[in-house]
Amino acid sequence: MALLADLFLQFSILTVVAFGGITAMLPELHRVVVEQRQWMDETTFAHLFAIAQAAPGPNLLVVSLIGWKVAGIPGAIAATLAISLPMSLVIFFLYRHWERFRDAPWREAIQTGVAPLAVGLVCTSGWLIGASAGLDLRGILLTLACTGLMSVRSWHPLWYIGAGAAAGALGLV
Amino acid sequence: MSNSPAAPVAPEPGSPHQELSRQPGLWELFLACSRVGLSGFGGVLPLLRHLLVEERRLMSGADFNALLGLCQFLPGSNVVNLAVCVGARFHGARGAIVATSGLLLGPFLVMMALATAYGVWGHLAVVQDMLRGIAAAGAGLLFATALKMARNVPERWIYLPFAALILVALVILRLPLPPLMLALLGMTGLIAYRRARRAAGLATTAKTDS
Repeated sequence: MALLADLFLQFSILTVVAFGGITAMLPELHRVVVEQRQWMDETTFAHLFAIAQAAPGPNLLVVSLIGWKVAGIPGAIAATLAISLPMSLVIFFLYRHWERFRDAPWREAIQTGVAPLAVGLVCTSGWLIGASAGLDLRGILLTLACTGLMSVRSWHPLWYIGAGAAAGALGLV
Repeated sequence: MSNSPAAPVAPEPGSPHQELSRQPGLWELFLACSRVGLSGFGGVLPLLRHLLVEERRLMSGADFNALLGLCQFLPGSNVVNLAVCVGARFHGARGAIVATSGLLLGPFLVMMALATAYGVWGHLAVVQDMLRGIAAAGAGLLFATALKMARNVPERWIYLPFAALILVALVILRLPLPPLMLALLGMTGLIAYRRARRAAGLATTAKTDS
């Protein structure tokens, strides 16, 4: 029970600064889950991210897998609620009044200010996943190839995921 | 995090947008959100928009953009935030709960099935190799996303150094994110605020001069 409460609290705190969506939160998830609380090792963290990538649904559900690893199904439920509930409550009470703030200068300033930080966070996420997965030179080349291709071609992400899985199964990375 | 110059315009009250809106039942809302959640690979947002605006015509594109603006402005998951707004708009608190659980329940059960499979077969070498391959590709997708987002940042020479700063602070210094985020957001927000004020001031001066 104490573990579930800790999990819920840690993930709730996280959502308050989750500007730029959950993908931008992977570094902080990693810091709390792997480094600070040591609920799992690097490799497992990368595996859970990979499973979430290959599954349908909003990408916040990677936290369900992390919760599951920490404390089974109850952990998964606690983690999912912790990530979605706090901001849901805020938005439920705020959305009616939003129109009033739409053109406020501070709102625009915050939105402009968040964008570059989100870029840095998503970059850090990519870095951390690569490092946690323990990629060797061939793995890094695959990562760079995906980055390059994705930047010039708008193929569906599942193609890249499938290619990654195939490359892994064939022992290429 | 859209910074496109063509910002969505707020719908005027009493505009013809309202004739688009009809009231979906709770069950319809649940099923529609479940379908979106379960078919969304690598991004649910476009599907949600398609369903609400084009397929079911539950709201206008402008209404959707206005709600999305709020959901992207606030922290947390954009799609969950959006489901709360959409559900609440049609059925208050009950609608918010139904839409959000519709969106999350199906994919959550899929995740738990995959987690169980991972618990059973995760130790196999071939599974580990596949997951490592997916992680490598997934890291590439993250970098590509970051590049795309960076291209949309206005006045990159001012703002992108902060992207590098947060990367260094997290990867090398391993600082905890909440205080770091608030401090850096304070800086970038202040810069954006002052630049906007100055631009507005210059525009006024130009107007008075001419």
